[in-house]
Amino acid sequence: MSKIYFLPSHEYARIDEQNPDIAYVGITPYAASQLGNVVYVDMPEADDDVVAGEEFGAIESVKAASDLFSPVSGAVIEINEHLLDNPRLINQDPIENWIIKVQMSDSSELEKLLDAEAYDALCKSEKH
Amino acid sequence: MKCTCLHELHVQQGALMAPFAGYDMPIQYDSIEQEHKAVRTSCGVFDVSHMGEVFVTGPAATEFVNYIFTNDVAPLADRGILYGMMLHPDGGTVDDLLVYKYDSHRYLLVINASNIDKDVAWIEKCAADFDVKVHNASEEYAELALQGPQAEECMKSVLGIDGSDLGFYTFKELTAADGTVVLVSRTGYTGEDGFEIYAPAQYIVSVWMRLMEAGVQPCGLGCRDTLRFEAGLPLYGDELTDEISPVEAALSMFVKLDKGDFVGRQACVDQKADGVTRKVVGLEVMGQAIPRHGYEVLAADSDTVVGHITTGYRSITLERNLAMALVEAKYAALGTPLRVRVRRKIFDAVVIKKRFYTPNYKK
Repeated sequence: MSKIYFLPSHEYARIDEQNPDIAYVGITPYAASQLGNVVYVDMPEADDDVVAGEEFGAIESVKAASDLFSPVSGAVIEINEHLLDNPRLINQDPIENWIIKVQMSDSSELEKLLDAEAYDALCKSEKH
Repeated sequence: MKCTCLHELHVQQGALMAPFAGYDMPIQYDSIEQEHKAVRTSCGVFDVSHMGEVFVTGPAATEFVNYIFTNDVAPLADRGILYGMMLHPDGGTVDDLLVYKYDSHRYLLVINASNIDKDVAWIEKCAADFDVKVHNASEEYAELALQGPQAEECMKSVLGIDGSDLGFYTFKELTAADGTVVLVSRTGYTGEDGFEIYAPAQYIVSVWMRLMEAGVQPCGLGCRDTLRFEAGLPLYGDELTDEISPVEAALSMFVKLDKGDFVGRQACVDQKADGVTRKVVGLEVMGQAIPRHGYEVLAADSDTVVGHITTGYRSITLERNLAMALVEAKYAALGTPLRVRVRRKIFDAVVIKKRFYTPNYKK
């Protein structure tokens, strides 16, 4: 079982029950569909610190670069190296193909994020 | 937000829409890559109805157009077209445009959507001392661009319009069965052969629907930009602005200094004589990062900022990370090593020719 939380800027933090202090961070299917084909993911390096609400990298479509914001604070323990060679994995399945894995320093930050219902409502309001 | 006559069809087709120059425009239908490749290898069609159309007519039309336009329309044959700019007195660019010459008393100026209000005010102001009439017809015309190596064949087979008699940068008028007058020109903004069709909305809607029924690839503004970029064509707002002259943008071939006086001529003469302080160049950027508009260009051997990126992409056709950049003139020579800051990282770059892709125009 895993639980998923969202930032309004369309990043998610996925938490597996077995490892409640680890967050898999990526972009949502809605964000991936809006971006179009991903051509490059600018990721931090392992051991870099990320801060909740702050930029940790960028995702590039043909058209533009979009900043990536971290839903949680902590240390990057792994980056998804598959994305270096094949960034379009994000278009295929953005939840499965997370971008960074974070050892959270404060898991209570999750409570400030949107749940699936609130995030869906946000996406609907963004579509005109 | 304004809409073109095809807006409803774009939305029905599921295009990704976004605001551009005050219009809600299609950015892509399928993917920018797919649409880009269709134009390079077969053909695609763009809704460019947002573009502005201004007619200049009257006994002094040739004299007037030559006074506000950098290229020389006097020797141009009737039904010929020229690309060029309108300049401020200081050489900054009001807009870049196509001028269609019906005859020496009648011209059509096709201008950028984002500049329609500014341009019309400027043209009318300049026209005060000339015996001409200026008519902004932008709301009366819709426009399609059919682009790609198969554009001629496609236009013939799907629309029954023969373009084989049109040379590059010439146009003709046709009268449709219902009496609608249609302007067809062999022009475009993609680096490929192709045509642009100007007509009232009703005709353009019917043409669009026939092209869609025939399976022609609809193309959005996303690939319009990636295509023009590869061919080294400037976009107003990026490579040309109110502050950037065509001499600085390396577009001097469209500025005819010897044709007589025109607005901005003296500034261009001075820039030519003294040398420009900055220039638009092509860059190839090493590494995976993609240079984007506004990013800093640094010297190779110090962190001195020597310019900025005006447009950058991972080229779809060439699969290289390329950019156009406005840099200090001493860094503009081909082969000059430079660096580009992409967010927190710095990547090596080198000045190359900005015509990254050699256009396949029909001469």
